[in-house]
Amino acid sequence: MTAASSAPVLEVSGLTRAFGGLVAVNAVDLAVQPGQIVGLLGPNGSGKTTALNLISGVLRPDSGSIRFAGQAIEGMPAHRIARLGLARTFQLVRVLNGMSCAENVKAGLAFHRPPLSRGEIDESVDRLLRRVGLANRAGLPASGLTYIDCKRLELARALALKPRLLLLDEWLAGLNPSELLIGIELIRSLKDEGLSVLLVEHVMDAIRSLCDRCVVMNSGRRIAEGRPDEVLADPAVIEAYLGVSTDA
Amino acid sequence: MSPTQIAALLAAGLGLVVLALLPYYADAYYLSLAISLLQFTVLATAWGMFSGPTRYVSLATTAFFGVGAYTVAVLGEVLAWPLVLLIATAIGALMAMVVGISTLRLSGLHFVIFTFGLAELVRQLVIWYEVNKTRVLGRYVFVDITQNDIYWQLLALAVAVFAIGWLIARSRLGFALRIIGEDETVAKHCGINVTLAKVTLFAISAVFITLVGAIMAPRWTYIEPSIAFNPTISFQVVIMALLGGAHRLWGPAVGAIPLTLLFEFLSARFPSTSTLIIGIVFLLIVYALPSGVVGLWERVSRRKPEPPAAPQVQT
Repeated sequence: MTAASSAPVLEVSGLTRAFGGLVAVNAVDLAVQPGQIVGLLGPNGSGKTTALNLISGVLRPDSGSIRFAGQAIEGMPAHRIARLGLARTFQLVRVLNGMSCAENVKAGLAFHRPPLSRGEIDESVDRLLRRVGLANRAGLPASGLTYIDCKRLELARALALKPRLLLLDEWLAGLNPSELLIGIELIRSLKDEGLSVLLVEHVMDAIRSLCDRCVVMNSGRRIAEGRPDEVLADPAVIEAYLGVSTDA
Repeated sequence: MSPTQIAALLAAGLGLVVLALLPYYADAYYLSLAISLLQFTVLATAWGMFSGPTRYVSLATTAFFGVGAYTVAVLGEVLAWPLVLLIATAIGALMAMVVGISTLRLSGLHFVIFTFGLAELVRQLVIWYEVNKTRVLGRYVFVDITQNDIYWQLLALAVAVFAIGWLIARSRLGFALRIIGEDETVAKHCGINVTLAKVTLFAISAVFITLVGAIMAPRWTYIEPSIAFNPTISFQVVIMALLGGAHRLWGPAVGAIPLTLLFEFLSARFPSTSTLIIGIVFLLIVYALPSGVVGLWERVSRRKPEPPAAPQVQT
């Protein structure tokens, strides 16, 4: 491994964003190393999605720095961050319902810099749909897909950007147990291809089996960081999720 | 090309020849009607070109139309005609870019109000200038342009608006705009510069509307702000595009032709109540045909689920 590729893909430090008096993200530090899956955990309302929105450029941070692939991206518009190779999915799955599955994936391919040729785009559409398990659905309208297939399609669109870092916002939420296993395998196979992933997740089985490291947030602050088994055993984390023990 | 495409192309070419020769076989009344039809066809198509994919409802049609007409009123006697049209193009594009950059970041509802206000603002500015600087409210348009010239120019503009609309729909810009219309957040995360795409399309659409105003100006010989910046035009264009279906390039034209005829008939037969009837027609269209005639036709002919809805105000 060369020195350049061992530098973190994503390095966030002192990230802060307030909405009025509520500090949604408060001086958060986190880093994602190349080829790592990092979990961003925390109870509802702890600022995880806001943190993702700050990283992907939906929101501007009030202060703090975000370095992606060696470049400062804080405050950069979302489309430029996407072109640098940072892709994401959304907590409430967002597919383009008025378009076919193939067009949904094409949306992620058509705006590369430099642009891809028509042949490359068509070939990539097929490959990506097959990759997420939607082969033979290319011509179908996206509005007719089941919930898990919408999630697959959204992932294919994100992968179409040829990302170096993928942000997954509760991508496994709402899947049934057998779908969950398929989903976990799919994410693991992305890691095996060398992709770095930052995922917000509540599904503990997925966190334990996928994540190399975890960052736990509560009320906008980072309260723990480490290997999944370590942070999930941390008293501060247990307290954040379950409340203070009232044992005598 | 398939045989049907060749047949369609031949039919279009033949239709164009028939239309181009119209001044030689139609009398003055039908020529004037044809000018109205072409005027609204271009206006509604240009409007739909922007508002169809982005679902932003613009009421600025009359602002651009009036600016085109005033460009001719001010420069028509001074400069050569092609140069006047070129300047109108430049002014329309520039104004659209300034307006676009400052407003297209807004949500759809704010955009509707702003564009409506823009037309009024430009009109008041012109009135202020005319009253305080030139000290006359109206202007005479003395240019060497006949009704036939107006007709042919509008026909050329109609061909241009369809050709450019067709090219845009097949370009990356057209695809980007469809994605923006579906979900702007997704569009940004696909690497699309959303503001640039919207402003570009808004400017292209505005140039066509400005040129219609410029080409139509000689028809009046006398213009004043209330004629050139008539807000009814903005609403009529929206109704036409919605009747036809703004999500297809040729949809607005399908709405423009019957409604132009209807409005002509109404203003001749019921001059005092025509606005009321137009309002009722608007309501009926929005309730009965949310995707326009084209949307209905697609639904019936393909028996597919609901096609993309007509432009809606984003919130």
